[in-house]
Amino acid sequence: MMAVLLDENSRVIVQGITGREGSFHTKLMLEYGTKIVAGVTPGKGGREVHGVPVYDTMEEAVSEHPDANTSIIFVPARFAPDAVYEAIDAGMKLVVVITEHIPVHETLKFVNYAKQKGTTIIGPNCPGIISPGKSKVGIMPGHVFKPGKIGIVSRSGTLTYEIGYALSKRGYGQSTVIGIGGDPVVGLTFTEALKLFQEDPETEAVVLVGEIGGDMEERAAQMIKKGEFTKPVVAFIAGRTAPPGKRMGHAGAIIMMGTGTYEGKVKALEDAGVSVAKTPFEIPDLIEKALKR
Amino acid sequence: MSLSQAYCSNAGITYRFKLNKGAKSEVRDGKLKLFEYEAKMLLQKHGVEIPKGVLVRKGEDPIAKMKEVGLQPPVVVKAQVLVAGRGKAGGIKMAKTWDDVKRLVVELFEKSIKGIKPKLLLIEEAIPHKVELYVGIVIDRSERKPVILASRYGGMDIEEIAREKPESIVRVHVDPFIGLKGYQARLIGKKIGLTGKALSSFAKFLSALYQVFMEYDGDLAESNPLALVGDKVIPLDARLIVDDNALYRHPELAGERLEESGEYTEWEVKARRMGLAFVELDGDIGIIGNGAGLTMTTMDLVYEYGGRPANFLDIGGGASAELVKKAVSFLIEFPKTKKIFMNIFGGITRCDEVAKGIVSALEELGELPKPLVVRLAGTNEEEGREILRKAGIEAFVDPIEAVKRLMEL
Repeated sequence: MMAVLLDENSRVIVQGITGREGSFHTKLMLEYGTKIVAGVTPGKGGREVHGVPVYDTMEEAVSEHPDANTSIIFVPARFAPDAVYEAIDAGMKLVVVITEHIPVHETLKFVNYAKQKGTTIIGPNCPGIISPGKSKVGIMPGHVFKPGKIGIVSRSGTLTYEIGYALSKRGYGQSTVIGIGGDPVVGLTFTEALKLFQEDPETEAVVLVGEIGGDMEERAAQMIKKGEFTKPVVAFIAGRTAPPGKRMGHAGAIIMMGTGTYEGKVKALEDAGVSVAKTPFEIPDLIEKALKR
Repeated sequence: MSLSQAYCSNAGITYRFKLNKGAKSEVRDGKLKLFEYEAKMLLQKHGVEIPKGVLVRKGEDPIAKMKEVGLQPPVVVKAQVLVAGRGKAGGIKMAKTWDDVKRLVVELFEKSIKGIKPKLLLIEEAIPHKVELYVGIVIDRSERKPVILASRYGGMDIEEIAREKPESIVRVHVDPFIGLKGYQARLIGKKIGLTGKALSSFAKFLSALYQVFMEYDGDLAESNPLALVGDKVIPLDARLIVDDNALYRHPELAGERLEESGEYTEWEVKARRMGLAFVELDGDIGIIGNGAGLTMTTMDLVYEYGGRPANFLDIGGGASAELVKKAVSFLIEFPKTKKIFMNIFGGITRCDEVAKGIVSALEELGELPKPLVVRLAGTNEEEGREILRKAGIEAFVDPIEAVKRLMEL
């Protein structure tokens, strides 16, 4: 059986493991069965956190645990970009950035750097990734997700839990669930995630959870319309009743040209044959229909 | 999809959701907008020639202030408000005589420009010109690079031009590691029809604009119109929007701009000062959620069941009991709310922390003055529900049951 980006063979390093969130979620990830081989906190090398050895640097962690291929970052915003570069340079294939409030200009740079080095970044400002029953590298409550054949890719953290919960309750387990993060610039986009799900034989259908703003949903719709993604897709867009507010500056409007609104996103997705749910709780019904087709 | 749609970013489109704290996407207002005069001052610091001008507050004598800096009519009187389409809304006036200045200053301070009364006016020398250019820089979210947009046809109708003649807008992406190179700036200038000295003046201006954009963590930096005067360019207007998340490294930009901007309601200003991501709406049901997506969906759900949200309040990820207490107390105090719906699905947020926050808010109040319905699921939900049960508060697992209960109250 396969999954996307993360499976039972992933070996994980937790960066910022001695902090409040880092240590708490290390415990939860270990309980879930994630294979965490090391932790890194500068100046705290030599300790253990929940039985996981802590190192001062990624380089030391990797030389002691050469099978490590994934890292998760719980480092505060000001220091998180440094941790991302450290993970990329240490050869991590997948880096999950949980940290929120990282300046966009910093994200722009490390995301471009990661691309050059062949590292996949998930986040920042995201709940992480889980392949239910195999591994969880993130902060999502593990018990709401069940192993199965539905892929989820989402811009929202808590909504993902809500939808995972609703699907699991109806017997629709998940292959892999990716919270790509809600920042303006993220490492993994909807279209990139769809590409991965397309190639994953285990995934039979995908739930796409978007939000108003940006054009990631429109781009996903375009990809589906072109036939580059062929599995059934069900979508939900948060912000149907959110009134768009004041804006200023023309540059945004010039490049947006009508994308970004709830109506625009729903129309683009429906035009591509995607069923769009009005509430997260309709998703299991729509998945059922989509799989029958 | 048109060419322009293929280049997308949301900078400049600020939905009034998600303020600074706990903001998750750019569907938020997590951006600091600078006034025209501030943006111009930053450009001037980078060697850009800007029109001579003076700032006037209400009650100040505009004539005396103008004379202080040697400014005389004709001048342009410009309301310092942070809305798009300020000119079309009547926020910019030409004054040909001293009498015009006096009259227009009084008039503009009283004028509501797209709902905002200016607290500051900028009086600037009028600069005769025939050509108005447009140039802006934003972050292209999909390309993950800054993109420069430029047009020969700047001015008030730039958005229409972009819609009708998208090919007339020049777009050039910049590698964030390499930065804007001189040849790129010249190439852009050439493509919008500039030659000779005007071309180098434009290239110099664009480099300065890019520097300001990078140095101040710009979400958007723009000049429209950028006037072509003889063989040099002069920014008649300038805008800069700064990423809130980067404010820690720009302490000089913080300060008392919340009220001055006139953009926020009294309660929004109060909330921002408390570090709460709060937006005032026109209904009567108080909403608290964790994460913008879930909070917006909670609003959608309340609408679906016939209610109207009084607000959007996102406690973000990993909220402490202290923050939850602040949020609950704030909504109880907020006069628009008749009842409160709290929808929490914990990930990094722990339900027991949330429950402790609710209980401590209630302890302070003695009894609950407004009905509160809580939905609690996710990390540490059992512990959280137990804490609430002991305090006599019922917590739902199912959000639909919770919203139905809310509407019965």
